[in-house]
Amino acid sequence: MLLTLIYLIASVTFIVGLKMLSNPATARNGNLIAAGGMTIAILGTIFLYEEDGQKLGNYGWIFGGIAVGTLIGFLAAKKVKMTAMPEMVSLFNGMGGACAMLISIVEFDHLFNKDSGVNFEWTAYPPLSALTSDSFFISALPMGQLLIILLGLIIGTVSFTGSMIAWGKLNGKVKDFSFKNQQVLNILMLVLIVAAASYLLWYCNQVGVKINVLTGMDNTNLPTESFFTNVKIIFYGLFVLSILYGVFFVLPIGGADMPVVISLLNSFTGVAAACGGFLYDNKVMLTGGILVGAAGTLLTILMCKAMNRSLANVLIGSFGGNKATGGGGAGKDQGTYKEISITDTAVVMAYANKVFIVPGYGLAVAQAQHVCHELEKLLESKGVEVKYAIHPVAGRMPGHMNVLLAEADVPYEKLLEMEHANEEFSTTDVVLVLGANDVVNPAAKTDPSSPIYGMPILDVELAKNVIVNKRSMKPGYAGIENDLFFQPKTSMLFGDAKKVLQDLVGEIKNL
Amino acid sequence: MTDFLNWITLHQQIIYIVILMVFVGIEIIGRVPSVLHTPLMSGANAIHGVVIIGAIIVMGKAEADNYLALILGFLAVVLGTLNVVGGFVVTDRMLEMFKGKKKK
Repeated sequence: MLLTLIYLIASVTFIVGLKMLSNPATARNGNLIAAGGMTIAILGTIFLYEEDGQKLGNYGWIFGGIAVGTLIGFLAAKKVKMTAMPEMVSLFNGMGGACAMLISIVEFDHLFNKDSGVNFEWTAYPPLSALTSDSFFISALPMGQLLIILLGLIIGTVSFTGSMIAWGKLNGKVKDFSFKNQQVLNILMLVLIVAAASYLLWYCNQVGVKINVLTGMDNTNLPTESFFTNVKIIFYGLFVLSILYGVFFVLPIGGADMPVVISLLNSFTGVAAACGGFLYDNKVMLTGGILVGAAGTLLTILMCKAMNRSLANVLIGSFGGNKATGGGGAGKDQGTYKEISITDTAVVMAYANKVFIVPGYGLAVAQAQHVCHELEKLLESKGVEVKYAIHPVAGRMPGHMNVLLAEADVPYEKLLEMEHANEEFSTTDVVLVLGANDVVNPAAKTDPSSPIYGMPILDVELAKNVIVNKRSMKPGYAGIENDLFFQPKTSMLFGDAKKVLQDLVGEIKNL
Repeated sequence: MTDFLNWITLHQQIIYIVILMVFVGIEIIGRVPSVLHTPLMSGANAIHGVVIIGAIIVMGKAEADNYLALILGFLAVVLGTLNVVGGFVVTDRMLEMFKGKKKK
């Protein structure tokens, strides 16, 4: 029973690993510990797992699959650009979901399709003490198993197709797509999935034997040929519905909300993995899956909180739907904005005492993190204090900006979280906003009709000067105007972040 | 009602695990700084790759002439491995950069 011990150790490494991952100092080791636990769990399963005294076979297939997966996974993970990280996480998450989905399909087939088409393993008789009446019914099919198979199929499939759509959306392959009554369709599909699954369970529960204790009579209800056909039709119908639901569930949700969706799908896959744990009575799958399911759900809620929105609000996709009514401020006369030249920006920044840089998704798109670091070093060499203010949901994933700037060797201590940055803005001379928009929109504080009202923002308007770099005046993801751009303190610096920063570095060098 | 109680008694071990794990999962990431949200999500993503163990069991149990199980099982092993290996490597790459900065 060495395997039990191995699974126990692996479960503990998952918990410890996840715990360590939530602290910057121990995070990397935490990841390695969890990876180590995973490795021994996999090796242990391959060599030690037995069922009814039978060891596993097909070693060639297993090792072949692992070799292929390792090679592709390793290369893909090593080659991916830092800006494409969110897509990659979504893609790998989808793979896990697909894995759970395939397991359910094979196990379903195993249950209903072995050789002659009949594979009944009669479930154990209930204990006599449980008898409340003279007659009782014993189902011929393992109903618990069937329920878990269905759950694994539905959750795994939704997670798979949803993640694929999220992946496509993040790398621009799939465009936002919504139509009238889409929410109605989604709810309808969900109801249909639940109804079909319940019906399938009820239908299968009809097959069995009814025993009357007093008369000793038994009534066997054997499945007919059409029973198997019907079960298969419903099962694969459920499969198709789940695929569609995953697609339509993610399609209308805007790009800015993708991190929340990926995190949610991540916890879905966790639950799907836990279903496998039930199915095989496998404790490590159970603990790992539930752990991720719970932690993932909490993480999703934390992300929503950072945007001051409820999960339901994100999922129903109010940003996409209410654009006309949501932009309460849009109808107002915005006044005019003023532009600033590169040369002026260079002067203002080089002679400032303290500069804050507010990075956003525009920085990531332009791949401007290296030249941004260059600008920061150049300014520091001129005696300017430079810091970065990181909004929790800047970019397309929480922490996206930290990862990006870390890639460009920006020292960790220079990245300030929102609360600390907000304390310092009032003593700041220049704030340079690079491709961020909604996270600095004062409407979140002042305009109750704004869809982002109540979201904590970076109070850049407290600084003496604000320079905003954007490609155009187009609104950000939330689709709302930003009053900040029209304030007297604010100057606009149009252009691609990378190009602008390069020019800026050149100008400052020439000063 | 009795059915329900029976079911709970029969599966109490698993039910205890589920309940405790839900609280552990919530507890251990409750105080994570937002800096680490992406790596944490990625790390959790790698951990739910344990689903690969199910794929290995499916694969290992498949009869030599059951092509559906063999092919789908093989695919499941490949996808599960992708999830595990890719997940951990991506997480490590993200964290590597944080770590390097702290030493300087």
